[in-house]
Amino acid sequence: MSLLCETPNPSRRAVLMTGGALFAWAYLPRFARAADNRDPRLIVIVLRGALDGLSTVGPVGDPDYAGLHGDIALSLSGANPALPLDGFFALNPAMPVFARLFKAGQAAVVHAAATGYRDRSHFDGQDVLESGLPGPGNATTGWLNRALASLPAGERIAKAGGLAVGPSTPLVIRGSAPVLGWAPQALPTPGDALAERVLDVYNHRDPVLAAALQKGLDADRMALGDQLDGRTMKPKGGLDNAAGMRQSAQGAAKLMASDDGPRIAALAFDGWDTHVNEGGATGRLANLLGGLDGAFEEFEEGLGERWKDTAVVAITEFGRTARINGTVGTDHGTGTVVLLAGGAIKGGRVIADWPGLKPAQLYEGRDLAPTSDVRAVLKGLLADQVGLSAAVLGDRVFPDSAAVKPMRDLVV
Amino acid sequence: MALSASSPAPPDPALVALNRFGLGARPDDDLGKIAADPRGYLKAELKQQDIALIPADASKNAGLLDSAAAIQASMAAAAERKAARDAKAAPAMQPATDTANNPTDAKEKPVAPPVEADIYRDEAQARFDRALGAAPGFVERLVGFWSNHFCISVAKGQIVRACAGAFEREAIRPFVLGRFADMLLAVEHHPAMLFYLDNQQSIGPDSRAGKRRGRGLNENLAREILELHTLGVGSGYAQADVTSFAGMLTGWTMAGRRGRLGEPGTFVFNANAHQPGEAVLLGKTYPAGGMGQAEAALNDIARQPATARHIATKLARHFLADDPSPQSVAHLAEVFTKTDGDLRALALALVDQPEAWSMPLTKLRSPFDYVVAVRRAIGASAGNEPQRTLRWLRALGEPLWQPPGPNGFSDRTDNWASAEGLKTRLDIAWQAARQADNVGNPDAMLSTLIGASASAETREAIARAESKQQGLALLLMAPEFQRR
Repeated sequence: MSLLCETPNPSRRAVLMTGGALFAWAYLPRFARAADNRDPRLIVIVLRGALDGLSTVGPVGDPDYAGLHGDIALSLSGANPALPLDGFFALNPAMPVFARLFKAGQAAVVHAAATGYRDRSHFDGQDVLESGLPGPGNATTGWLNRALASLPAGERIAKAGGLAVGPSTPLVIRGSAPVLGWAPQALPTPGDALAERVLDVYNHRDPVLAAALQKGLDADRMALGDQLDGRTMKPKGGLDNAAGMRQSAQGAAKLMASDDGPRIAALAFDGWDTHVNEGGATGRLANLLGGLDGAFEEFEEGLGERWKDTAVVAITEFGRTARINGTVGTDHGTGTVVLLAGGAIKGGRVIADWPGLKPAQLYEGRDLAPTSDVRAVLKGLLADQVGLSAAVLGDRVFPDSAAVKPMRDLVV
Repeated sequence: MALSASSPAPPDPALVALNRFGLGARPDDDLGKIAADPRGYLKAELKQQDIALIPADASKNAGLLDSAAAIQASMAAAAERKAARDAKAAPAMQPATDTANNPTDAKEKPVAPPVEADIYRDEAQARFDRALGAAPGFVERLVGFWSNHFCISVAKGQIVRACAGAFEREAIRPFVLGRFADMLLAVEHHPAMLFYLDNQQSIGPDSRAGKRRGRGLNENLAREILELHTLGVGSGYAQADVTSFAGMLTGWTMAGRRGRLGEPGTFVFNANAHQPGEAVLLGKTYPAGGMGQAEAALNDIARQPATARHIATKLARHFLADDPSPQSVAHLAEVFTKTDGDLRALALALVDQPEAWSMPLTKLRSPFDYVVAVRRAIGASAGNEPQRTLRWLRALGEPLWQPPGPNGFSDRTDNWASAEGLKTRLDIAWQAARQADNVGNPDAMLSTLIGASASAETREAIARAESKQQGLALLLMAPEFQRR
């Protein structure tokens, strides 16, 4: 373990988990703190395809890193130097916004993280990541939706429901709690009359379609209806390119900034499966990271006053091999990063129990060994931003996960 | 007759044939024509030899290129684009006194036309034409199923954009009513797949090329063959199998532009890049044998019980229900095994599943099936420019030959019954209703397209529509039109 990076304090966790553990977690949820007018937001960005954490936040202080990651390893020197976060880790230079937030104490990284999934199928990995279940299966609901559904009826976050950004709803936010769907589009829209008539038929014949269409119409009105200057957003690209990522964040921020808008949102960005010519400080992965960075910036700007209460978390199904493959890319691996940003994040830290990159330290001789559980991070955020107890988190939101303790102190 | 998820009533068999198995009714009385024997009608389509093929000798398809020609065109265009970029970059190194005063120079477009986009558009048109003309379209649905099972993505690069349509015509269509193992081998040999899953760059570390260039394996193709194309995830293979299989597949590549290994853009086996020696996959040792080594492995895994189950489950999910009955899946797997993966026998078995005719229409049409059904409903010529259809598909989240990952587009209703998806369908229904150049009586269209299964509510809403266009849009949004 490196002494240069900050680690969660085990003794403190142990204290909290023993004497009166349940009560230690049933502290006054932060959303209820009327005194400081806190009104928290939680945004989850799923990066599909398995993000290379070692090229996002490079352990430049680890003597084995450069050798393993070869031509695509980040470095503090050279034409595109990585952005130092602390004395050990440095950020891909495609992410200046995240670096600025990190310096301002509004962004943090959890490194060497993984869910409980240990195989290397994207689709099962995403299933586990988004369902919050211990293993893959035919999951139909996601942990973020179950978190919403676990809140008391009438509670402000629950009442506003969730927001799903994109042409389809990510599994992480599917479930019984209400979810608004929105994606940037540029099709001429029909009048309200047609919509009302279709809804009328659906209400009588097909409640599932009725609910979906109603939400779609509502979201469209909220996102576009109040643009007084008559400009409408033009689609700039899919969710696997930088412009599309930025634009979807822009729209989501607009919906979430309003007082009656959703507090909880899920976005999914594609394209992180970098088997070939991954690039390092520049190139394909860096372009995508630039898009993610742009999304952080759009949330910061668009949420305005509410940014201070916001936590954004970017997660991915697993990482990639520590060693580059035969085609200057990386194959499916295990440990990776969780990126946290937002005014609510107690930032300026890379949280890692660094496992090292020597051959014997790699998971199955291939991957960055996981030392933090992604679920612990998510549970910590849900506890502090949404106010759910460890018991509910361990039972309903992430079933059978009581042994995975929420990571404390992620939120200011 | 109700069609919502909660409805217990079985739908009209003719509508089942056209919606669950086919591509939707057309105004020229498809429903009436098949009413007497809907199952027989579906089976008759399966008996037509070569029905899945898009014949190149038909004048309409004369412009379609085979994959080698398409890839060569793309290679040539890429070279031109590079030359144009280089030519532009060279003067930029000089003091730019002229261009500074001449803003038109700075905005100059690249000289090379986007040939890949043209090829893609022509291929898309050929596929749409096929879907619009088919009756009842069961075979086209099978093409769509297998094309999604063995998906490639044009987002990978211009080479794949140029040959995506040819890939479907060459590696999918000829085998849709043939043998699974043959389709599997055709797919894994195809440059589009080798490109998409990076195998054209994978090199055996101990091969001559590997030793010389210090490059090595890329596991992508090997993993997805096992996980997605054949056995299915969780069926018992290990990381060591993936690595070993990746080694067996080294050398499977595409001849480059200079044609050193063969005709540019065609499949070649590059022995120089092939990992030498025997290899073990799933406990079986495959002796060294060049290209034949991985071919032998593919032939074996195509016949594994896990493959039969995987394919049976996916087919049943596509055509019957998100969660088909275990009996249906088991029966289809048995047919797959007994017939050595005869896909025509499998399609016939699907039609014979009692479940197919008794369950209410609960699945939502996928975006492609919805868009095609809309175009068939409004008359195949109305607004049928490929760009419009492609734009609709993109808006609905199912851009043609561009899935988000190698597992293809989702086949579950949840994935498409989203708020944004339904709102976009409303926009499209409205556009389509305005494009239809000859909107007849919407009540009559309802009878023609949905028939006796139309609910009283749908009937009434259309009868009371404010305009013919609104009535048609209501029809295109009706649950009876959305569900299959």
